[in-house]
Amino acid sequence: MNSAIRRLAVGAIILMLALMANSTYLQAFRSTELNGRNDNTRVRDQQFSVDRGPILIGNTPIVDSKETNDQYKYQRTYSNGPLYAPVTGFYSFQFGRGGIELNQNSELNGSDPSLAFRRVVDVITNRRQKGASVTLTLNAAAQQAAYSALGSKKGAVVALDPKTGKVLALVSKPSYDPNLLASHDLGKASDAWKSLNASDDKPMLNRGIKELYPPGSTFKLVTAAAALASGKYKPDTPVNSPAELPLPQTTVPLVNENGSNCGGSNNATLTVALRLSCNTAFGTIGLDLKADALREQAEKFGFGERQLPELGAVASQFPGDPNEPQTAQSAIGQFDVRATPLQMAMVAAGIANKGEVMKPYLVQNIRTSDLKTVSETKPESLHQAVDSDVAAQLTAMMVDVVNNGTGKPGRIDGVQVAGKTGTAQTAKDRPPYAWFTAFAPADNPQVAVAVMIEDAGVKRDEIAGGTLAAPVAKKVMEAVLGR
Amino acid sequence: MSIASTSVIQIIPRSRRGVELMLLIVAIGVSVGAYVNIGLTVQNRVPASTGYYAAGIGLLALIAHLALRYRAPYADPVLLPCAVLLNGLGVAMIHRIDLGLAATRIAKGQAPKAAAAPQQITWTAVGVILFLLVILLIRDHRRLQALTYTAGLAGLVLLVLPLVPGLGVDLNGARIWIRLAGMSFQPGEFAKLCLVVFFAGYLVLKRDVLTLAGHRFLGLDLPRARDLGPIGIAWAVSLGVLVFEKDLGSSLLFFGLFLFLLYVATERAGWLIIGGLLFAGGAFFASQTFGHVQRRVDGWLDPFAEDRGQVATGLMGQAWGGILGRGLGQGRPDLTLYGQSDFIISSFGEELGLTGVIAIILVYTLIIERGLRTALGCRDVFGKLIATGLAMSFALQVFVIIGGVTGLIPLTGLVTPFMALGGTSLVANWAIVALLLRISDQARRPQTPAAPVSDETIAMAVQKA
Repeated sequence: MNSAIRRLAVGAIILMLALMANSTYLQAFRSTELNGRNDNTRVRDQQFSVDRGPILIGNTPIVDSKETNDQYKYQRTYSNGPLYAPVTGFYSFQFGRGGIELNQNSELNGSDPSLAFRRVVDVITNRRQKGASVTLTLNAAAQQAAYSALGSKKGAVVALDPKTGKVLALVSKPSYDPNLLASHDLGKASDAWKSLNASDDKPMLNRGIKELYPPGSTFKLVTAAAALASGKYKPDTPVNSPAELPLPQTTVPLVNENGSNCGGSNNATLTVALRLSCNTAFGTIGLDLKADALREQAEKFGFGERQLPELGAVASQFPGDPNEPQTAQSAIGQFDVRATPLQMAMVAAGIANKGEVMKPYLVQNIRTSDLKTVSETKPESLHQAVDSDVAAQLTAMMVDVVNNGTGKPGRIDGVQVAGKTGTAQTAKDRPPYAWFTAFAPADNPQVAVAVMIEDAGVKRDEIAGGTLAAPVAKKVMEAVLGR
Repeated sequence: MSIASTSVIQIIPRSRRGVELMLLIVAIGVSVGAYVNIGLTVQNRVPASTGYYAAGIGLLALIAHLALRYRAPYADPVLLPCAVLLNGLGVAMIHRIDLGLAATRIAKGQAPKAAAAPQQITWTAVGVILFLLVILLIRDHRRLQALTYTAGLAGLVLLVLPLVPGLGVDLNGARIWIRLAGMSFQPGEFAKLCLVVFFAGYLVLKRDVLTLAGHRFLGLDLPRARDLGPIGIAWAVSLGVLVFEKDLGSSLLFFGLFLFLLYVATERAGWLIIGGLLFAGGAFFASQTFGHVQRRVDGWLDPFAEDRGQVATGLMGQAWGGILGRGLGQGRPDLTLYGQSDFIISSFGEELGLTGVIAIILVYTLIIERGLRTALGCRDVFGKLIATGLAMSFALQVFVIIGGVTGLIPLTGLVTPFMALGGTSLVANWAIVALLLRISDQARRPQTPAAPVSDETIAMAVQKA
């Protein structure tokens, strides 16, 4: 009998070893997969209960975590929520995260590998884990100015530091209050989420970087850059600019906005054509340079690439294979040319920065809770879009636009502004998009800005980039320049 | 010569009660430490109930220890500390989940439910009382052999009890509970004990005929067809439990125990093979035929599919624990469904990590192997069989429930011995440990030496030859 008992003893040990092996598989090898599951409430609960680091502008927190007595321990609070929502995003229990809250999540909650040392110190000193702080490049005054100036208009503003690529302002209207989504009253958060998503105004849409719009005449900056870069054109080169430009392969001509030729001339110079935003002149240039040259120039300004991908930005686009009339349309920012406000700000910034387009960025630095810097973003060059001579010529032409042309509403007393207006028609039943992109001061640029107004609630014939968008851009530039 | 004198190994029987006391102090210390740790982490203070808890676990353990000193001094010194450790840790975890559940309800503005841990301590006391009764009243386990058929009948009645209308209740999809005078019992827990006694007594009587009669086939000694009777009955009964009470775990346990004892009694692997095939056939048939078995298999194959979430929360909890665990009081075992009962091992996995789970499985392994060692050392066949049966009942239970919870095999619902919330099982397990200790006392007790043989006697014997 004893030998049978011994065999059973071995069998029992094998059973127990199988249990241990399976638990090892589960807890040592499968844990990452299981912890990453969306329906894993304990991971979410734990992260939701962490003392999440603040999001700062300068030294001022715009997003912070305040201690609470409920089961989640810390309440995420957004001061001036709607103002910063397009950048900060939100942090909710049920609906996840957005914006910087999403992109910098591991730093903010302290789980990032770069914070491993900090975590060890916290364990040894018996302190609760606290996330790192994220400092943004935003300029609070510019952000506020853009938000106020847009008022109740639907649209977006993006401002950049042309020399570094820092995003100084990123506003999208209408906006929403992330505090509603971060509420620990999960029922209220859920109601807020539903009504925000059901709204026709799409308040959670980031119009500055996530939506593509026809850039209209602001795209003429790209066409002008291609023209000057080709060597065939100088600012004073006369360009064919009749009231109506017949287009090959079609009976529909390209017309100027006001129905006449370019300031009384059928052969206006490039400078005049930009000043008055003559469609026929730039159509002519487009037909002359061909689509590939335009696309190449656009791509040097950043078209076709996602900038600020951390916020889910989309790439602006120049049409793939336009025929001749489509090329002429594209040259004036119509047909299938689509751009984000960020992209048009990058065009202005590139021209401002002697032709060098800097890579836009939003996170200035990341610091631990005891203010040690974990990482600091260094400015990075994206492309040399045009050489500095061409940039200088373009700057002079843009100055002329603001001083003498369609961009007059963008003028600032005592500061030379360089800019370009745009009004982009789309469908007959919806109002055109009003654009203005500019930088200032023209001789030592501190800020480049693009304003896009999707819907201002005014009559159709009153919509023009100069009258609607330029005053907004002006306020933003004034704010950055401290005026 | 010195060499010759050492070649005879002198076994000095030792009671080892001192060792048991030391181990008990460690077990109580670990349990109380865990309890205090939980209070400090969750509530930032030593829990007010620490005194009640420490006295409950500590005093009960010491009383049991004294009873052994008094009536079973040669009993195995490891079994009791293992049982106390598991029981103590179990109550601590039940208390920890009490706190977690209460916090959630308070956060939702609801009044917290009654705590389960004090209830479990009360049941521990009842268990220890039964332990004392077994140790004090049963002076010799061989007397139980007289109760063979009584135990068999009692076992069957207990097993069938939940099916009696008005008495049995459906709970979590199984009909294994009865409700009497406002109290719930799981009669199967005691049926286990009765059936082990019955199987052992029956096999003592029949082992010769089962062993000797038979023929060889393919190198195996196969039993005669008419001797297959008992195995057939056991198979039918276990299938009955499975079908009518929807209790897969128990049916596996009863049938498995019977097979193991049959194997030990006859030493014929043929029984194991026939039984294994019968069981596999029954299980396959059940999984094809009965919805509840099918669901268990589906839930095992894909625990994360919709509506099969029972295993899923446990798996996620254990995974969350990782290798070293979240720390006592720092996980969320309250999120695990049945985290205090069926899935208590997941709760430990979450807060004590893989390390804790392996330690707990090792403690169970110790109990099992110590039980089997008792069987090896036991001098009578009946005792051997009972000890084997009780030890293997731990092995089967632990394997089936932990295997089910961790996704190794389909979840079939048995109780994690000593740890899981539930009175009947706790009390029954204390009785089982008492019986094992009783047998081990017998096994380890020094035999009354035979009267010394004098040289004269030997000389006389030589002369006669």
